[in-house]
Amino acid sequence: MRQIPILKIGELLLVSIQIDLQDQTVVALQEDLAEEIVRTGARGVIIDISAVDIVDSFIGRMFSTIAAMSRLMDAETVVVGMRPAVAITLVELGLSLDGVRTALDLEQGMRLLESSLGER
Amino acid sequence: MSGESGGTAETHMSDLLRSRRDAVLGRWVELVTEGTRGRITEREVRTELTELYDLVERALGDDDGTTGGELRAALGDISRNRARQGFSPTETATSVYALKRAVHEQLKESGDERGHAGFIEFSAYIDELGLATFEAYAAAREQVISDQAEQLLELSTPVVKLWDGILALPLVGTLDSARTQVVMETMLQTLADTGSRYAVIDITGVPAVDTEVAQHLLKTVMAARLMGAECVISGIRPQIAYTIAALGIEFGDIVTKASLADALEHALRGSGLRVVGGTDA
Repeated sequence: MRQIPILKIGELLLVSIQIDLQDQTVVALQEDLAEEIVRTGARGVIIDISAVDIVDSFIGRMFSTIAAMSRLMDAETVVVGMRPAVAITLVELGLSLDGVRTALDLEQGMRLLESSLGER
Repeated sequence: MSGESGGTAETHMSDLLRSRRDAVLGRWVELVTEGTRGRITEREVRTELTELYDLVERALGDDDGTTGGELRAALGDISRNRARQGFSPTETATSVYALKRAVHEQLKESGDERGHAGFIEFSAYIDELGLATFEAYAAAREQVISDQAEQLLELSTPVVKLWDGILALPLVGTLDSARTQVVMETMLQTLADTGSRYAVIDITGVPAVDTEVAQHLLKTVMAARLMGAECVISGIRPQIAYTIAALGIEFGDIVTKASLADALEHALRGSGLRVVGGTDA
């Protein structure tokens, strides 16, 4: 199992997923991320999935869990760069990723987080 | 002459075809050319039919049926061409059946009594070939229809750019699952390619919205949302609004607008742009 790196940029944490996701990888990511949010006091989390081809229902639900968890620690989650095929699959699976904000690419995701952090 | 050599009826016919080749083939070409009414030249007809004639002659002569397959393939090619050129099924099949007439005329001329028994078998064989022609013709037409349906699908789903970061999809015609799939795919791909944040789906040209169509629209909007773009549905005419309300379809928090202009304004405002009037801008 490979670990997914979590990078800190200012008040944000960036998780760039470059490998095919497996269930254990995502569970480990969830735990790592929770610790990292607490350690750094991050206000926002960006998950970049532009390199991810396949997302199943378990991983889809995991995004919602991560978002809910981060919100409890006062950090907002944005999933960026979802591919069209992945989006269609998730809709067909009936997953709407409740509570997860999305953006087309990393740049727009950062802008989205910055503006919503600025309002607070 | 053909009369003396006759063993079985089939070889008898095969002999006749060989010995009177020019007369039969000439008459056949003449009959077929008449039927095509100038849509293909006599020369083309002659080339096609000469090939067929050779194959028929050989097919009657050989017993293992290898030439039969070749003959069918050649017939298939001709029928497919005819179907594409817009010939009617009757015209296509007649070009095969005309051979019977050509042979029969020659048979009568020769006054050969024994030939008639062979002709009946020959006639059955040609009938079979005619049916094969017909089948190939129908298959070719089916192919044309399915090709056109595919083209229509591509034609009817354009994605246009209204402004920087704002796309529009003017939908015309009934939405079914296959079309929604294409619409969804093209829209999402264009969103990803152009990095647009807004997509306006205009349903002015959709004749009716029922629960199924609404379901398809909702799916498209949800998928766009997952990618981080916002969808606005516009072009909801009064009677469609009435139907949607009467059916109790919930569009939830999806933004819907009456006209494309309203939707564009909404998207512009969302992108932080403002349309300013006046000459002193």
